[in-house]
Amino acid sequence: MSRRLILTGNDAAAEAMRQIDPDVVAAFPITPQTELMHKFAEHVADGEVKAELVLVESEHSAMSATVGAAAAGARSMTATSANGLALMWEIVYIAASYRLPIVMPVVNRALSGPINIHCDHSDTMGCRDTGWIQLYSENAQEVYDNVIQAIRIAESPEVLLPVMVTFDGFIISHTAEVLEALEDDPVRNWIGEYKPKYTLLDTDNPMTFGPLDLQDYYFEHKRQQMEAMRAAPATVKKIGKLYGEMSGRPYDLIEGYQLEDAELAVVALGSTCGTAKVVIDELRAKGTKAGLLKIRCFRPFPEAEIAAALKGAKAIAVLDRSVSFGAPGGPVHKEIKAALFGSGSSAGLVNYIYGLGGRDISMEHIHEAFADLETVAGEGTPADAIRFLGLRE
Amino acid sequence: MSELMEIRWHARGGQGAKTASLLLAEAAAMDGKYSQGFPDYGPERMGAPMRGFTRISEEPIHLHCAIYAPEIVIVLDDTLLSAVDVAAGTPEDGVIIVNTVRSAADVRSEMGLKGRSVHTVDATGIAIDEIGRPIPNAPMLGALIRVAELLSLDTVIAQIEKKFSHGFRPEVVEGNVRAIHRAHEEVRGE
Repeated sequence: MSRRLILTGNDAAAEAMRQIDPDVVAAFPITPQTELMHKFAEHVADGEVKAELVLVESEHSAMSATVGAAAAGARSMTATSANGLALMWEIVYIAASYRLPIVMPVVNRALSGPINIHCDHSDTMGCRDTGWIQLYSENAQEVYDNVIQAIRIAESPEVLLPVMVTFDGFIISHTAEVLEALEDDPVRNWIGEYKPKYTLLDTDNPMTFGPLDLQDYYFEHKRQQMEAMRAAPATVKKIGKLYGEMSGRPYDLIEGYQLEDAELAVVALGSTCGTAKVVIDELRAKGTKAGLLKIRCFRPFPEAEIAAALKGAKAIAVLDRSVSFGAPGGPVHKEIKAALFGSGSSAGLVNYIYGLGGRDISMEHIHEAFADLETVAGEGTPADAIRFLGLRE
Repeated sequence: MSELMEIRWHARGGQGAKTASLLLAEAAAMDGKYSQGFPDYGPERMGAPMRGFTRISEEPIHLHCAIYAPEIVIVLDDTLLSAVDVAAGTPEDGVIIVNTVRSAADVRSEMGLKGRSVHTVDATGIAIDEIGRPIPNAPMLGALIRVAELLSLDTVIAQIEKKFSHGFRPEVVEGNVRAIHRAHEEVRGE
């Protein structure tokens, strides 16, 4: 049985958190994440969850309290956005290094400055190398589904890594839309009881988390973290499949839309993928072989799957909602370029930086990218391969 | 109803356009349709021009951009008519509903608008009479249902009762329902 609801992305995340009912949630408010925690705090106040909600004085403390609780053996969550994520950065890296299966919704928002509360991916792209798994969500349905799956991914013994579930600030967090939610019992049975193997409070098997680790073993511990990340794609796929068996909505690392025979392909993450699908429907109706590659799991980056999915494309446009200053292109573009290197692809590749600080990306903008791809397909990667959509110049 | 119906709300901060854009989407969802409701968050100042958006469809909605070519435009404050191009992107057979004491012909002539159907209702006056506060969002929903018949009036009223009963006294909820009925009756157009 499922329940048809209309919820904002924030409320969808809070609904998943209500059903998960973690042991500890530590949080500090920041727009556009604030309403997520308002809603979860309501569930706590109404006695609908048993979670201990710790209201801390900063995001640095939010992540510190979450790490402490997770190390003590509690299923622990927090949520944040933009500057909040930046402030907790030190502990974000530590959470992954301690192998703590924390789940954190991140509502994507531009980093200051100048100050801006609207969507881009500069916050989560900035911490793409912190050792967290990153799942990007297209809409409220995926926010709900990803938060639930993230619990099992994070807690899988072969992974034991924290997971960020990201969704676009305002565009998804503050838009009410229709989704199917599961009943409480199936969700709770599916995620199961959390039985951590190592905890600080297990006095029969005393453990140390985060001791001094110098030239002798730090390197080996980082190698182990790399191994955990290497194991993660198979787990993300397996859990996506199991979730599909329960909910009717299977998930994978990536999603192709009209991609199989596509000659012109757009690569994107998050809410833009929905708008791109509508553009592709229009182009297909006119006979253009257009397709979309949506990256759901950006970390770990499913390099082989992406290269295989883009194999038939003659021209590829990578859409980046953040800047990697001084680098040859946006973060997604660089990864795609690396994935195609040595894959035998001879596709022309262009990068579009778009939507910074919440600048709307319309169907017209995506049509513009596809129109460019017609030329790129004939002539190959152009000299000006780093371009912009929706920018005044 | 066409495949995808797009509605744009123009208002000033504090007039309830965010609530109305979401409430209409919620009512459509209650009716078994797919819908989206979202505001265009600006600096969030009371009195500043702002927009809200509602999409309604029989099919799942994938678009996640602003609405540029709405079939219906709802204006909650007639002082916006000279400040904002509220009709921007509307098709020739588009619908414009304005909260004003003025007639539809008068509004049409001020806007220099050809084609489209223009409708007016004194939603602020109705809100003051029935709710005791100049918040025109609920009566404008009544006017919209009369003009566009997107949903049944009962569905919209049921959603208002559900949503408002959490935060408002029963007399406020009842006032809003009376205001919806009156605007539904009193809206006039050409």
